[in-house]
Amino acid sequence: MAPLLSMHGINKRFAGIPALRAAELTVEKGEVHALIGQNGAGKSTLIKILTGYYAKDSGEIVFDGRPVAFTSPQEAQAAGISTIYQEINLVPYRSVTENICLGREKRRFGLLDWRSMHAEARALLARFDIDIDVHRPLMAYPTAVQQMVAIARAIGFDAKLVIMDEPTSSLDEREVDVLFGVIRQLKSAGVSVIFVSHKLDELYAVCDRVTIMRDGRTVQVAAMAELSRLDLVTTMLGRELTQVLQEGHKADDDAEAGEPVLKVRNLAVGRKVRDVSFEVHAGEIVGLAGLLGAGRTESVRAVFGADRPDAGTIRLSGAAGAISQPADAIRAGMGFCSEDRKLEGIIPDMSVRENMMLALMPQLAKRGIVDETRSREIVDQFIRRLGIRCSGPEQRIRELSGGNQQKVLLARWLCMNPRLLILDEPTRGIDVGAKAEILNLVRELAGQGLGVLMISSELEEVVEAASRIFVLRDGRTVAELEGDAVNEQTVMAAMAHGHEETREAVHG
Amino acid sequence: MTASATLKTLQTIGRFGVLLALVALIVFGWLRYENFLGTYNVLSVLRYNSMFALVALGMCFVIITGGIDLSVGSTAALGSVVAALASPYGAVPGLLAGLGAGLIVGACNAFIITRLNILPFITTLATMLAASGCALLLAGNQSVSVSYESGFTELGQGDFLGFPIPAWIAIAAYLLGSLVLNLTSFGRTVLAIGGNEDAARLMGLPANRVKALVYLASGGLAGLAGVILAAQFGAGQPIEGVGWELFAIAAVVVGGTLLTGGVGSVGSTLAGVLLLGLIFNILNFENGLGWISLSAYWQSVIRGLFLLLVVAIQARLSVRAEQTV
Amino acid sequence: MAETATTLPPAPAREASRFDVKAFLTRYGAWIALALLILVNLAITPNFATWQTLNVNLTQVCAIVIVGVGMTLVIATGGIDLSVGALMAIAGALAPLIFLGKLFPLPHPAIGIALAFVLPVLVTGFLGWCNGWLITHLRIQPIIATLVLFIAGRGIAQVFTNGNLQVFNLPEFQFIGLGRVFGIPFQAVLMVIIVAVAAWMLKRTVFGRQVLAIGGNERAARLAGIPVATVKQRVYLISGLLSGIAGLIVIARNSAADANLVGLGMELDAIAAVAVGGTLLTGGRATVVGTLVGALIIQLVRYTLLANGVPDAAALVAKAAIIVLAVWLQRQGQR
Repeated sequence: MAPLLSMHGINKRFAGIPALRAAELTVEKGEVHALIGQNGAGKSTLIKILTGYYAKDSGEIVFDGRPVAFTSPQEAQAAGISTIYQEINLVPYRSVTENICLGREKRRFGLLDWRSMHAEARALLARFDIDIDVHRPLMAYPTAVQQMVAIARAIGFDAKLVIMDEPTSSLDEREVDVLFGVIRQLKSAGVSVIFVSHKLDELYAVCDRVTIMRDGRTVQVAAMAELSRLDLVTTMLGRELTQVLQEGHKADDDAEAGEPVLKVRNLAVGRKVRDVSFEVHAGEIVGLAGLLGAGRTESVRAVFGADRPDAGTIRLSGAAGAISQPADAIRAGMGFCSEDRKLEGIIPDMSVRENMMLALMPQLAKRGIVDETRSREIVDQFIRRLGIRCSGPEQRIRELSGGNQQKVLLARWLCMNPRLLILDEPTRGIDVGAKAEILNLVRELAGQGLGVLMISSELEEVVEAASRIFVLRDGRTVAELEGDAVNEQTVMAAMAHGHEETREAVHG
Repeated sequence: MTASATLKTLQTIGRFGVLLALVALIVFGWLRYENFLGTYNVLSVLRYNSMFALVALGMCFVIITGGIDLSVGSTAALGSVVAALASPYGAVPGLLAGLGAGLIVGACNAFIITRLNILPFITTLATMLAASGCALLLAGNQSVSVSYESGFTELGQGDFLGFPIPAWIAIAAYLLGSLVLNLTSFGRTVLAIGGNEDAARLMGLPANRVKALVYLASGGLAGLAGVILAAQFGAGQPIEGVGWELFAIAAVVVGGTLLTGGVGSVGSTLAGVLLLGLIFNILNFENGLGWISLSAYWQSVIRGLFLLLVVAIQARLSVRAEQTV
Repeated sequence: MAETATTLPPAPAREASRFDVKAFLTRYGAWIALALLILVNLAITPNFATWQTLNVNLTQVCAIVIVGVGMTLVIATGGIDLSVGALMAIAGALAPLIFLGKLFPLPHPAIGIALAFVLPVLVTGFLGWCNGWLITHLRIQPIIATLVLFIAGRGIAQVFTNGNLQVFNLPEFQFIGLGRVFGIPFQAVLMVIIVAVAAWMLKRTVFGRQVLAIGGNERAARLAGIPVATVKQRVYLISGLLSGIAGLIVIARNSAADANLVGLGMELDAIAAVAVGGTLLTGGRATVVGTLVGALIIQLVRYTLLANGVPDAAALVAKAAIIVLAVWLQRQGQR
């Protein structure tokens, strides 16, 4: 039998940079197909091409027996492809019925026929054993129900293929079970599902086959049952298990001594962080490893005072009071480079100098007047020391390349002489040369006694730079690896199985 | 507090808060003043406030989409001038002329907002100036007397079945508005756009077209209000309408429509209009009693305080909702 | 698209040069327009190049510019202040009540005049601070938070004065609106000083840079430890103070305070001047001198039309067109 969907040799470039290189995806009728890959692996581009959000450069898509090239999400929906986005894309204030029926309302005498629309909404939800008052606004119901409503809307369009982009990221365990029940129902009704998730347990629980993408290519297609967790993680991250352990130049291990600069115990923040503990000593680079959604970013944001923790203790040596906002953290000697440079790092219209001086400026000022001379000296010094390539300190930062922007942001903290620097994905979107420079710099700084807490999705980087790694999984610290135990193999094993099984994977 | 409880509170404030306040005010006036519920007072309150009601109805739709229309006051002034100029030809031509003038301003707003992608706030601020300039130009910087022979003044001063004609017009507009908002896909799209414009687009709803129509309607209703203004006071008044937009915004908000868009009701907007209108009426009665003397100027202070109260409650509730969701 | 945008290489040279033209226009467009207007006037308007024309135009524009400076700072943080006109009315109503001794008995007229300068401005400053409090602590959108005072503020002024016109003749007080320094109207001197101080503050002080940083990227500013709430509150405070000063100038100029009219429509004029001057209405890029230029452009267009026999009402339509055009050009420049 011909597959329901086959995407073959899909290429796509953005501004000359390939995002997809001959990507493949085949989905059988009535199967639940996992699509996984790291950030930037190309899975969302592939999905957006399928749903008509982007146009492909080349390649062919056959859906339900005929070649297709959708030009808008509406067209794809009309053909039977429904997408459920990670963030629930519904209208919270409106009734459940409206959220299901908007866009294909039923009319009688030219006016909306609320009675039959309510009936249809109820009937659709009943398929998932959900019995709720469809008159009430969507936001009156818990996230799980909202997710179900989104799914009901999707299949209400007589979908043949339902795409779920990280549908469980806002659900708790019980709610996930309900969702899985629905997916199985869909499957038995002959509907195919593409399931995007980073939670391995879920993939194994509900998916039949998996397509793994890396660097815009489809690197493996396999039945879920035939693939071990470790294989899956290894393929996704592009590392071979047999690869030799990196001896690597660690930051000077001797520097580690005495009280930790930062000590975090049993931290809980929202739904994403449930029980996270770690610590950072002076002169040490500590890595936080984990798959997407493991709660790394959320944890460090809470440490920096950007988000409010629900539970747990954060102790910074020498900090005067509690840290309830970033200004407190900065005063206590912390610096934080966000993972999203554009949204949370740079002030695009301001100059390199001002972006660099943003945090130091108040301390440097005399009676509130910016000390231009001092600031220029400091900026010149850092431009030289970090090798920032710009036409001068007055160039607008938006005109710099990603790597140079990142160096400016690093300098923003370094000029404050911090004791602890938190780097969230410091090398994302940066070319190879600049990556190496930044990592060398971080190592050098640690050598001078700075404590560094680093998050990176590039395992190679973390393993190479860090002398100690805490592995998070589903919002919990599952392993602490130190010394010889820090290698890609052990980290991946911990990411895949958690601490208990790590030993087996490594020693067994 | 959970999100659902928050929403419930919001809706209770929206649906019943304003109604309760309205009823309380009426009972207060009934107990305190002679003739408060007398036919004359009731009918003149309705007659006078019907123009504001029309403007507020348009504003209600605009605010539900998450936008704002600051041009309604000048548009009403322009409508009154154009209607007065056309009044010698009869009631219907006068009505259509005023309405047409309003629709033209509305069309300008719609074009600039949806095609040139300029913020509604800036756009309608500019058209507010332009409409006011046009009104002054057409009127020659003075009020334009309407023709008393053609029957045009009936639109403002006349009665039908013992009820003021402006009030009939307003009631018809509100019934129609309520029907459109609740029983057509256009109305539901208006609500969806305000709730989450991106989601509405992803759902395949024609967001731009609906937004354009909403500004068009707001302009048309303001023009209609101008017609009633001219007919009621016997003159087209190019400098009237100053501050109407704010009265309308206040009425819509006091009625429980969320300023961020997505939630709103036509009925409670009407209640908001009547509530704000009655404050003025009661001030008059109070001064008539002679116990205390509160000048008419207190009404805008009281309106401002009402607005502050409602907005502060809305803000408190939504902050809490953010924290709990 | 957003996710790929960060990895884009620098734009090719061809696009860069086109961007430069746009950047140039967004940057100096207002100056060019002002220069063109002056040239056109020199050519067609009789008696344009006279001291008197300059004085007339300057006095017309002073209050707008002073309020516009505060508005520029507010807009630079990404906010808006609709209450400026109402605050002017409050200051304008309070001052005569004070120096005429209607509010409290005065030990000495000089004290009355001093208080008439200080108290109204402090009151409007406090009200501006209240706007800021609503915005930062209750997280009400600026447009709505300031709408409250827009509606209630003029009413408060009217209640103070019972809606009556207060006429006075007090040269010491009226110096602020009518006085001259070396033949130049004092209000113009005051305006220039305020513009200069604000421009310097925006450029050279920590506060000024933090204002722009917040407007440019509020989340990044917060993560860099900038006290966002404090800075925003101060900006509304300044807007309130400047509105108060402008209110005093207007009543001094008219020798009368009419709470119904002082500052009426001022919020629109100020926003228009800011927009035409080239300040980004979404925040993050602001020029105080540009606001001065913007106000001059609007005033000169009006003057040109009037001087050449076009009715004042038509000038309103022209103003509307200028605002839309300026904002539209700004958007084009951003792309």
